[in-house]
Amino acid sequence: MISYDVDKDGICTLAWDMPARSMNVLGNESIAAWHEAVERALADETVKGVIVSSKKPDFIAGADLEMLLVLDDAQAIMALIAKLQAIFKRMETGGKPFVAALNGTTLGGGYELALACHRRIAAENPRAQIGLPEVTIGLLPGGGGTQRLPRLIGMEAAMPLLVQGTRLSAKDALAKGLVDELVPAGELLAACKKWLLAGGAPNKPWWDKTYRQPGTPVQSPKGYDLFVTGVARLHAVTRGNYPAPKAIMSCVYEGMSTNLETGLRIEARHFTKLMLDPVSRNMIRTLFFSMGDARKGTRRPKGPATAEYTRVAVLGGGMMGSGIAHAAASQGLDVVLFERTPELAEKGKSYTAKVYDRAIQSGRATAAERDAALARIKTTTDFADLKGVDIVVEAVFEDPKIKDEIIRKAEAEIDPDAIFASNTSTLPITGLAKSSVRPHNFIGLHFFSPVDRMELLEIIRGKDTSEDCVARAMDFAKKLRKVPILVNDARGFYTSRVVALYMEEGMAMLEEGVAPALIENAGRMAGFPVGPLSLTDEVSLELVHKIRGEWTRDTKVPPFPGAKVLRHMVEKLGRLGRKNAKGFYEYPPEGKKSLWPGLGEIWRASAAQQDVEELKRRLLFVQSVDTARCIEEGVLTDPRDGDLGSILGWAFPTWTGGAASYIDTVGSKTFVAECDRMAQAYGARFAPPKSLRDMAARNARYYKV
Amino acid sequence: MADAYIYDCVRTPRGKGRPDGALHEVPPIRLAAHVLARLKERNNLPTDQVDDIVFGVVEAVGEQGGVLPRAAALYAGYDLKAAGVQVNRFCASGLEAVNQAAAQIMAGQADLTIAGGVESMSRVKIMSAGAAWYQDPDVAFPTYFIPQGISADLIATKYGHSRTDVDAFAVESQRRAAAAWRDNRFKKSLEPVKDQNGLTILDRDEHMRPSTTMQSLAALEPSFAEMGAKAGYDEVAILRYPDVERIHHVHHAGNSSGIVDGAAAVLIGTKEMGERLGLKPRARIRGFASIGSEPSIMLTGPSDSAEKVLKRSKMSAKDIDLYEVNEAFASVVLRFMQVTGVPHDKINVNGGSIALGHPLGATGAMILGTLIDELERSGKGTGMATLCIGAGMGTATIIERV
Repeated sequence: MISYDVDKDGICTLAWDMPARSMNVLGNESIAAWHEAVERALADETVKGVIVSSKKPDFIAGADLEMLLVLDDAQAIMALIAKLQAIFKRMETGGKPFVAALNGTTLGGGYELALACHRRIAAENPRAQIGLPEVTIGLLPGGGGTQRLPRLIGMEAAMPLLVQGTRLSAKDALAKGLVDELVPAGELLAACKKWLLAGGAPNKPWWDKTYRQPGTPVQSPKGYDLFVTGVARLHAVTRGNYPAPKAIMSCVYEGMSTNLETGLRIEARHFTKLMLDPVSRNMIRTLFFSMGDARKGTRRPKGPATAEYTRVAVLGGGMMGSGIAHAAASQGLDVVLFERTPELAEKGKSYTAKVYDRAIQSGRATAAERDAALARIKTTTDFADLKGVDIVVEAVFEDPKIKDEIIRKAEAEIDPDAIFASNTSTLPITGLAKSSVRPHNFIGLHFFSPVDRMELLEIIRGKDTSEDCVARAMDFAKKLRKVPILVNDARGFYTSRVVALYMEEGMAMLEEGVAPALIENAGRMAGFPVGPLSLTDEVSLELVHKIRGEWTRDTKVPPFPGAKVLRHMVEKLGRLGRKNAKGFYEYPPEGKKSLWPGLGEIWRASAAQQDVEELKRRLLFVQSVDTARCIEEGVLTDPRDGDLGSILGWAFPTWTGGAASYIDTVGSKTFVAECDRMAQAYGARFAPPKSLRDMAARNARYYKV
Repeated sequence: MADAYIYDCVRTPRGKGRPDGALHEVPPIRLAAHVLARLKERNNLPTDQVDDIVFGVVEAVGEQGGVLPRAAALYAGYDLKAAGVQVNRFCASGLEAVNQAAAQIMAGQADLTIAGGVESMSRVKIMSAGAAWYQDPDVAFPTYFIPQGISADLIATKYGHSRTDVDAFAVESQRRAAAAWRDNRFKKSLEPVKDQNGLTILDRDEHMRPSTTMQSLAALEPSFAEMGAKAGYDEVAILRYPDVERIHHVHHAGNSSGIVDGAAAVLIGTKEMGERLGLKPRARIRGFASIGSEPSIMLTGPSDSAEKVLKRSKMSAKDIDLYEVNEAFASVVLRFMQVTGVPHDKINVNGGSIALGHPLGATGAMILGTLIDELERSGKGTGMATLCIGAGMGTATIIERV
């Protein structure tokens, strides 16, 4: 696990190389091995100095989250941290110089281990990421990161890195002082040795009584200012839903007011509290484990061999089609972009240039990459050009007639085993597949807009879609670096079906007489990026009215709760949303949008307003209970798909872990009891499905941890 | 219970709280010692009879720290026996000092006390001392801390005070203060600050702008709009008050209290002590009360404290002839009037802190002196002084002439 080599100059190299893992991580076994290695080097009289290195492409990626997630006892967590801190202190004060050789990515606990070394030298590795990103999964750096980094580079410089969890390039890490030296990759170990032989000293000033922190002290008028504004800014952004960034601020505030030893203890207490907080566990579960599983293709049928992709056809050069073309071309696929006219096809292609130009401006891409991607996109108006593609993705108008024609014409040209995928966001796949002569190779691939930024891909399995086709669609998702979820065909699939309930509930509240500002703020306070009325404006009231109307007509479901409001707004008032600058909001040519005052005249706000906490709960519950229904109906076959779909698809608040995890967070028993209450108070849409009621009876969960 | 009588009130003029303000050159200890010395001379005070000196000091750090009232007493030549203590109730500290000094008398534990306060805002900046309330993330988060200016704008937003309303209030404050000066109504309490040679440093309230008009105020940009947006304060306010869509920023330097330097002192004692020293009581303290209110909107405490002290004193708002309600921001007084129904012509008849300035630790004692002077001048009987307070509090005191 950690090799031990001492050369003739007395330089000991402790190289990390965990077996059966692509990355080194701090786990129970590796920490024990590290402890042993450190003590051995300190005791070894031939050793003058120590190089800490990795035999893998990266240094250490962080802590083993599986090890952390099973801990559910405060004492046990504190004990684990104390053990790690003791080793770090031994490294710092053991009397021998340690230098960290950061060959690649060094994150979280890995960077904290490097912080406990006396020097950090990084290789010029363009793929390396260095930093303390714990906050992004709801944690804080619990291995001294909140204490040592501010003591190294000053509180002001450290705070944004800690609170935002910034991952820096090696170059930026050098500029910000996170590493001391940057050397060509081939010279890394030599540079470390050179520093040691040149007399690199085992000094850690922050263990000295005379140590003075760099930069602004916490307890100074300027320090007060930083915290006053920092806290408010954080409060505004997190809306109180995310304990981790606040806990990080507290670690810095409390810990930097004292010495390192005390600061580390303070950090450990905050870390322990977070570790036991459902929010952190939700975020780790969904953002780390479920997301990682999805990317790895856990949901892919096991049998079929991995499909290779070289050529893809995209039908339709509108917003979605052009985005899909970009996604494919940027991953090295040849793209045939089909449109009705050459102009429309070129317009669709120009989107890729636009995305690249933005990336070039911010230094994330080069002109050569742009030109290569553009060269891969061939525009056409001739179906014959579809010959030989591995997959066709259609993104034409959401009109069954147009789709029918497109499917027939395209299938006439493509190979029988090529996949035909529809990017429809609402039309049932099984219905569309009726136009197909090979429905087993017909599937739904629901991309999200803007395609270049939205990671989710909702894969919809039609009634006749083969397992082989599903597997190959999963391979396509991986090729495009999308996070796939697998959904069985039903109206609205999963994402379009459930997000609509957010909008509907907002409109139901409006009709009940809840003040419009309160509705919108309740949505934002629950953790959604925008309120339900605002979202409806963006999607367009007209579109929601149309789709939901068709749904009600075609499936004989009772009218949706927002139906009356929508009809009035669209049919009586012609308020269609953002697109005609008249919706629930008004959009002055200059200045910010604001709620249309007319709302209050049509739907008078009642004198006694509902508590905002109740409104928040309604907005979350209505979506989660329908997610449970999706599971019962088999639309979803894995709660992870509900969690990822809701978080990545329409920004369901990550603190909940997703629409399924939220039920676990509340507890199925309480959740069902609340659903029953709300069904009484607001309507049958809150009534829990039978399977959820059964879960509640056993107080069961979707997830073990 | 003994009665607490007020025998005299003095104050310095209020200097602009900036380096170009006249009192900037005078350290806070000298401002405090000045009012103590004047009180002693005006009343021929045997200072060995003074049991305690209670002074409000909000930013009690550096030259303004370390139990300044005790040092000020020694510096002013008081007898060694006169003890001192500083109190801090943010903006109501000066009135809190009066209440605590009176309480010692009423409890029978002292016969003669001095209350007052001092703040040199030009020398010891606001928020110099720091506070867990607003800087400790663990505390600032759950209390939805926002700066007072945002709170004042939140009051205006929530209770419908337009920019015109708050500006009109400010113009009136300036008009009244100018009229009061023309009439020399502050002369009884005002003690000009002089240098060691007896030369006058300041003998008028320096912050006033009698030429203020609606037009001149209209030119001012709101002070807290940018801060509210950039630092996230508006958002925090809305998180606490989710029925608000957006904060309307209406306050600016012209309709908010002025940042000034100044000090005040009030002589309080038992009836017997007054008789023994040959002093004529000017007013009796009927009652006082403090109360907590919601800390994020912060500045709605005056009406709550007024209600509380009236109830405790078995009085109603109609029994009060004159009010001093600190003009921290225009919306604070507008809201007070909305809640209590007290008409503007009973409130701050000689202007308020918008025109005259608000030296944090001293203001409460200053407006109490102004109230007594005005009751005497206008021949009225009862008065109430009240102030809004940081972290959501209110303090109020009722006095009556004797």
